Amino acid sequence: MKPLLDVSNLSKTYGAVRACDRISFSLYPGQILGIIGESGSGKSTLLSAIARQIPADSGKVTYHSPKNGTGEPLDIFSISESERRQLMRNEWGFVRQHARDGLRMKVTAGANIGERLMDTGHRHYGNIRTEAKRWLEQVEIPTNRMDDLPGTFSGGMQQRLQLARVLVTQPRLVLMDEPTGGLDVSVQARLLDLMRQLVRSLNLSVILVTHDIGVIRLLAHRLLVMNCGEVVEQGLTDQVLDDPHHSYTQSLISATLVP
Amino acid sequence: MTAKLPNTTTPDAAISVEPGFNFAYLDEQTKRSIRRSLLKAVAIPGHQIPFSSREMPMSYGWGTGGIQVTASVIGADDTLKVIDQGADDTTNAVNIRRFFKKVCGIKTTEETTEATVIQTRHRVPETPLREGQTMVYQVPIPEPLRWIEPSEIETRKMHSLSEYGAMHVKLYEDITRFGHIATAYDYPVMVNDRYMMRPSPIPRFDNPKLNMSPALQLFGAGREKRLYAVPPYTTVKSLDFEDHPFSVEQWDKPCEFCGSTESYLDEVVTDNEGGRLWICSDTDYCNRRQAQMKPVGEK
Repeated sequence: MKPLLDVSNLSKTYGAVRACDRISFSLYPGQILGIIGESGSGKSTLLSAIARQIPADSGKVTYHSPKNGTGEPLDIFSISESERRQLMRNEWGFVRQHARDGLRMKVTAGANIGERLMDTGHRHYGNIRTEAKRWLEQVEIPTNRMDDLPGTFSGGMQQRLQLARVLVTQPRLVLMDEPTGGLDVSVQARLLDLMRQLVRSLNLSVILVTHDIGVIRLLAHRLLVMNCGEVVEQGLTDQVLDDPHHSYTQSLISATLVP
Repeated sequence: MTAKLPNTTTPDAAISVEPGFNFAYLDEQTKRSIRRSLLKAVAIPGHQIPFSSREMPMSYGWGTGGIQVTASVIGADDTLKVIDQGADDTTNAVNIRRFFKKVCGIKTTEETTEATVIQTRHRVPETPLREGQTMVYQVPIPEPLRWIEPSEIETRKMHSLSEYGAMHVKLYEDITRFGHIATAYDYPVMVNDRYMMRPSPIPRFDNPKLNMSPALQLFGAGREKRLYAVPPYTTVKSLDFEDHPFSVEQWDKPCEFCGSTESYLDEVVTDNEGGRLWICSDTDYCNRRQAQMKPVGEK
């Protein structure tokens, strides 16, 4: 099987601080890759650099678009800005930690979901609404809340709305930056459950950045452990979590509370 | 539209020009730089061009952008008409007209057909424009995407990549809240199938008049320091949805004065008992129709 995304030797420094140091990995279709590490270990920088939201210093990110007929791999750092933005709209999605950053708070839930459709050229109000309604059902938001502002939603609902907004154009690759951060445990559990279902039914590939081992254990197939901008350990999730080799991973896992 | 020095204009004009001021108030260099920006604007229909907006002897929001554009393109043999809310006799219109009469000594008029340059706020005249006329619009906020994107860097990127999906979100919200597209003025348009443009606060009733107009249309925003233009015979399309097509306002009664059923009507409150009058907002159009009616009715 061909990988969907190849990252090789990606580096990014902020002055003297090395945020990402020669990071390489491959992501396959339908796979969830977890990236774990403490605050400041370069997880979010890595995610933003992959999406070219911040410029990387060196390295290469190659994306094998399944929708691209020719099968030519796309070099994310060398495609034009318009191609990149088109890719981000059609085939990639970005789920942010704070739903407020990913949503338009001044327009209704329906419009939030519909925006990506309108971005990709849909111009039929009725169809956009039907599609938005379908996605609200998918993420378990009552459809009678469709014309309410996201500000009136609870934190968990906002996060699910953000998920619907990203998934409506059926992306292949979703980048998630701590999607469950700041939610209480029961809401987290529901969101994780939902995400696991959606990922399976839509055959999504996900890069999931988090500092929560529970989330990783539940969702991720493979795991990357980052410390001070370096990948210190990687492998199958269970393998890494049950038999950590690197001292940082060991201390990370032993620090987790087990109820 | 040739800008000449005051002492070389027509003898009649030379007398009425205010001493100590250059023709059309602005100095020649400024007018030239604005005209250069205008040429760019005409070359890229609907695209916003930055220009060095000057301080004018009036506050921002009173039409400083429009006045600078008018001052830059007006010549001694032009005839100027100024309208505000469709009327020629409101404070702003009267004062701007008087200002140009003072500093240019040019002819002014209230008749749409007589004018060669028409500066406007809020309305496009009901009388069809013809080739050779220049419309000058006073624009408060030139950026159509501003409501959804506060960053100028981002909106410029959106323009350059034609990313206009977000604008439909506004129309979507209208339909969701009110059942129809309720944006009544400053209704966003696509110019020449490329750039999205704010047509200044004209009612959406006037949007179809911008399309394929034989007149040159110039837009000036003084505070925001932006110019844009729609050259003659350029397509201007109002945004809409396939199942909610663009439509203009309609009234179920004719104008009380001239009986027109085709013009844009203003609601005028006449007394404290709830008396109301519906009259044409374009005073020149209304007056002319009344003048045509009188010989039949009175004699």
